[in-house]
Amino acid sequence: MKQLTISKIKEGTVIDHINAGKALLVLKILGIHSNSTETVSMAMNVPSKKMGKKDIVKVEGKFINEEQLNKIALIAPNATINLIKDYEIQKKFKVVLPEFIEGIIKCPNRNCISNSDEPITSKFRVWFDKNVVAQCYYCRRKVKEISEYIY
Amino acid sequence: MSRFKHLISIDDLDKEDILFILKKAESFESIARGEINSKMLEGKILANLFFEPSTRTRMSFEVAMKRLGGDVINMTAQEASSIAKGETLADTIKVVSKYADVIVLRHPLEGAARFAAENSEVPIINGGDGAGQHPTQTLLDLYTIMKESSLDGIKIALMGDLKYSRTVHSLIRALTLFNTKIYLISPDTLRLPEEFLEGLKNVEIAELDDVINEIDVLYVTRIQKERFPDEEEYKKVAGSYKIDSELLKKAKENLIIMHPLPRIDEIDVSVDKTRHAKYFDQAFYGVPIRMAILSEVLNGVIA
Ligand SMILES: Nc1ncnc2c1ncn2[C@@H]1O[C@H](COP(=O)(O)OP(=O)(O)OP(=O)(O)O)[C@@H](O)[C@H]1O
Ligand SMILES: [Mg+2]
Ligand SMILES: [Zn+2]
Repeated sequence: MKQLTISKIKEGTVIDHINAGKALLVLKILGIHSNSTETVSMAMNVPSKKMGKKDIVKVEGKFINEEQLNKIALIAPNATINLIKDYEIQKKFKVVLPEFIEGIIKCPNRNCISNSDEPITSKFRVWFDKNVVAQCYYCRRKVKEISEYIY
Repeated sequence: MSRFKHLISIDDLDKEDILFILKKAESFESIARGEINSKMLEGKILANLFFEPSTRTRMSFEVAMKRLGGDVINMTAQEASSIAKGETLADTIKVVSKYADVIVLRHPLEGAARFAAENSEVPIINGGDGAGQHPTQTLLDLYTIMKESSLDGIKIALMGDLKYSRTVHSLIRALTLFNTKIYLISPDTLRLPEEFLEGLKNVEIAELDDVINEIDVLYVTRIQKERFPDEEEYKKVAGSYKIDSELLKKAKENLIIMHPLPRIDEIDVSVDKTRHAKYFDQAFYGVPIRMAILSEVLNGVIA
């Protein structure tokens, strides 16, 4: 097994231990899309001792802020963040599930005010109960398959 | 200081808040009956914003406000539908909260009241949001049980449409705060959704015949025709969930029967004359309950 699937970066954010297959959703949560200018590399389904298989995302040139990174816990509660400076890991931490999430999740309830034309951002209370559970702040609908409702 | 600024969901209240409101309602009963005049809320204006018709809820808020010396402005159904087309709820609330001191909102979308509260300078009282919450109904149900039976140690049967009835859903959650045994009586297709049963103790699915002689409260709800594929199926089911005076022969002497009204034919009119019938009293109790809530959010001082 090669040590590094992707080459080393000088500076930036490495998101490790992402549940296999969720890397694209991680990018979505971080607001990285086809028009973004950051240099981003990604490895999917790489072998991992801890997780069997995992995904990794590396964003070059910037330290993504912690609040933003913690939202990743919604779909990858075991993700580890490594902040890299001069090719070395400067800081390592695990994502922490926030109590509330604004935006990101779309309420599955078609009759929910958050899905109307009102000037409104979805808001969910989230907690851990075997898996991550989210509950709409407005209509109280619970979401268990969160990955399906990330927008 | 008010215990709460807005009243959006019964879940926002703890047991102490609920008992506080029920107690307060009791002190308003003679004003609600028109036996004593009150000027507690003189100079205050309530705006009824009903984006969905509900004459009963609207009228009882109106009566509650007026009996306390306050004034009421109403939006007609026609106005509501044209507003709904041309303006966001957020803007409507921002404007109306400049006119009125408190807003009662009934809206077809779930969560509308909570969203309204975020956009309002004045208290919002949820008068029903879609299939969501209707906290004043739950409070008046609890009040009726407290007044006509007891909130402690009773057995209550909830009967009818347990699947879609938000009245039932909220009442079950509120009853779990009290020491109550709950029986659920419904057609198979209209059972209480599993998610409501999660973590509930003292709740049991039952047949009316088996429990009629031991229950203290029978809460009947309407079974709607729209829930059934055809008329025949509906008639068959609805017919077997009907209360008549014959059935009540087996009941405890102090059994009370409640219904959120309007009824279709779930309760035979012959029951109205019996001592068990409390559904019209229940409707009346909506007035002191709404008075208690209005005076709470408007910081009314008992003079
Ligand atoms: N300069 C760098 N450029 C790109 N990726 C790096 C760099 N340094 C470390 N990484 C990546 O960061 C992650 C964590 O590196 P580390 O050396 O701490 O591995 P580890 O000991 O397996 O850590 P952990 O206990 O978090 O799994 C690995 O995925 C690694 O490939
Ligand atoms: Mg490792
Ligand atoms: Zn919702």
